[in-house]
Amino acid sequence: MSVFVNSDTRLLVQGITGKEGQFHTRQCVSYGTNVVAGVTPGKGGLDMDGIPVFNGVAEAVQHTRANCSMIFVPPPFAADAIMESVDAGIELIVAITEGIPVLDMMKIKQSINGSGSRLIGPNCPGIISPGQAKIGIMPAQIHKPGGPIGVVSRSGTLTYEVVFQLTGQGIGQTTCIGIGGDPINGTNFIDCLEAFENDPETKGIVMVGEIGGSAEEDAAEYIKSNVTKPVIGFIAGITAPPGRRMGHAGAIISGSSGSATAKIEALNNAGVHVCENLGYIGEMSAEIFPS
Amino acid sequence: MKIHEFQAKQIFRKYQVPTPNGGLALDSEKARQIASEIGHFPVVVKAQIHAGGRGKGGGVQLAQSLDEVCKHTEAIIGMNLVTHQTGPEGKIVKQVLVEAGVNIEKELYLSLIPDRETACILVIASEAGGMDIEEVAATTPEKIIKVHINPLSGIQPFHCRKVSFGLNLPSAVIKEFSQMLTRLYHLFIENDCSMVEINPLVITKENRVLALDAKMDFDDNALFRHKDLLEFRDLDEEDPLDVEASKYNLNYINLDGTVGNMVNGAGLAMAVMDTIKLAGAEPANFLDVGGGATAEMVENGFKIILSDDKVKAILINIFGGILRCDVLAKGVVEAARKTEIKVPLVVRMEGTNVEEGRRILAESGLDLFTADDMKSTGEIVAKIAAS
Repeated sequence: MSVFVNSDTRLLVQGITGKEGQFHTRQCVSYGTNVVAGVTPGKGGLDMDGIPVFNGVAEAVQHTRANCSMIFVPPPFAADAIMESVDAGIELIVAITEGIPVLDMMKIKQSINGSGSRLIGPNCPGIISPGQAKIGIMPAQIHKPGGPIGVVSRSGTLTYEVVFQLTGQGIGQTTCIGIGGDPINGTNFIDCLEAFENDPETKGIVMVGEIGGSAEEDAAEYIKSNVTKPVIGFIAGITAPPGRRMGHAGAIISGSSGSATAKIEALNNAGVHVCENLGYIGEMSAEIFPS
Repeated sequence: MKIHEFQAKQIFRKYQVPTPNGGLALDSEKARQIASEIGHFPVVVKAQIHAGGRGKGGGVQLAQSLDEVCKHTEAIIGMNLVTHQTGPEGKIVKQVLVEAGVNIEKELYLSLIPDRETACILVIASEAGGMDIEEVAATTPEKIIKVHINPLSGIQPFHCRKVSFGLNLPSAVIKEFSQMLTRLYHLFIENDCSMVEINPLVITKENRVLALDAKMDFDDNALFRHKDLLEFRDLDEEDPLDVEASKYNLNYINLDGTVGNMVNGAGLAMAVMDTIKLAGAEPANFLDVGGGATAEMVENGFKIILSDDKVKAILINIFGGILRCDVLAKGVVEAARKTEIKVPLVVRMEGTNVEEGRRILAESGLDLFTADDMKSTGEIVAKIAAS
């Protein structure tokens, strides 16, 4: 089992003919992801490695029954690409693009409410259910299929580090989700925690957060009353200075809110096992999660 | 991207958000000219730096005559202004805003920010104007009014009524205030602001609404559609190393510690800074060379880190994944030779062809430590920090 994506996922790639789009589509295909279509306006009728390319998402869905979209469209056009997928009734939209304006994301977030579509990202590495489907840019070889751990994170390479350590301890993953480093994103920690809690194959959860906003505090509240599975938490940014944006658009301590200390305290209070030293998260997982 | 008060007020005027009469002066002669055009006293002379708390630091002075205007201007321009936001090193003032003083009846606080949790524009207002709003929120939260505006439907009259009645505004002012708030909302949206703050916004004895101060911050990700705003960027207000790094498209922030570090990905970069701290040292910087990280990025990263005199050791942590470690290792070796590194270098890398990468580093003849994993990375840094 897994959450959000599995071997039945039928993937469409928006921006498939661009450099990044091509490279990562090939990586996904070679992992075994079922890539059924690509979309690049003006290039309809062509194909990429035999994958048919369409001018629009609705047309692609009609011909290929794609139910998931991965977006590599550059920031000025990314909001439009996401809205097009929502309009075409795509169930899961994974936006890799970094640098979408906040105002665009606010409008997307408002219009996606109640639409039946789920957005993961933007500014994220994507989602992988090891052994089933990879929809994103993460290095596939560090993952281990078969579970029993679900991973959810706001960061890309930091997630790779965590997954690498889990696999090093012989601990596999059900699904690893990068929810992205932007201040406004689609799927949040709570959505993922709920999905992992309801997934019978997932026996434990690793949650990786960072400074900025209150998503970790909200997640801690949720865990307290809704999550029965063991959760390990890690928060990056104890040494981050206030008022500075740390690479990710969403990683900023504003006044008294968003600090790592407050997040760690909230997680501790919720019974989450907080790992303070990144080097030990694998060993800690081996101790805490049931084998 | 932050801008100065006088620049924010230029934008305010474009949107007909009322501000006091005045102008920018680089010397006392110009200040005198502006003051005589204003034609009445008092006149306010305000230091123009990005940091807040200018009044407390002596950067805002009232003048009752033209001579006083000159005297204050001469005192403020060139001064090293220290406020709670500049840090102890302060900021040299290069220009002042000379403005007409006003008859204040009431001081208010007003700001607009994007709210992460609700994906709405959040209007924050308070009757406790002129004070630190974080402090007001902590001590008297009942004095803070919050109104959420859905960006799809935009600002409506009822939003303005909520704020107006919440602020207990006299009925003679409500119409003008609502008009001002509506214009401010459009200014916010049309310029992709990440913050607009007026503290204080004043009601004058003549029942006029005036923005006495103006603070604006823009969404860097949206600057591609606001080329006109780029001319407002003031490089003097930024750390010189930060400016240098931005030329190479590197995400760099200069910090106070001694361990320079270079990491791919923002989250991992923060976690590596934390690891340095846990090892008993302090990070000299935050440097994210991007999720991909190429040999060229690594070289540029070296240049930036090495131009910081505080750096006593450098830690590189690259989680390659798709990037091949042998390519990266060659890049590190080349960059290390070119930049003539004289401080200890710790390298930890992971990803495709990691064995080959480690061999290249080992045979390079460079004085470097190779760490196999995150755990030993911390331990090596601790050892170097202690020596």
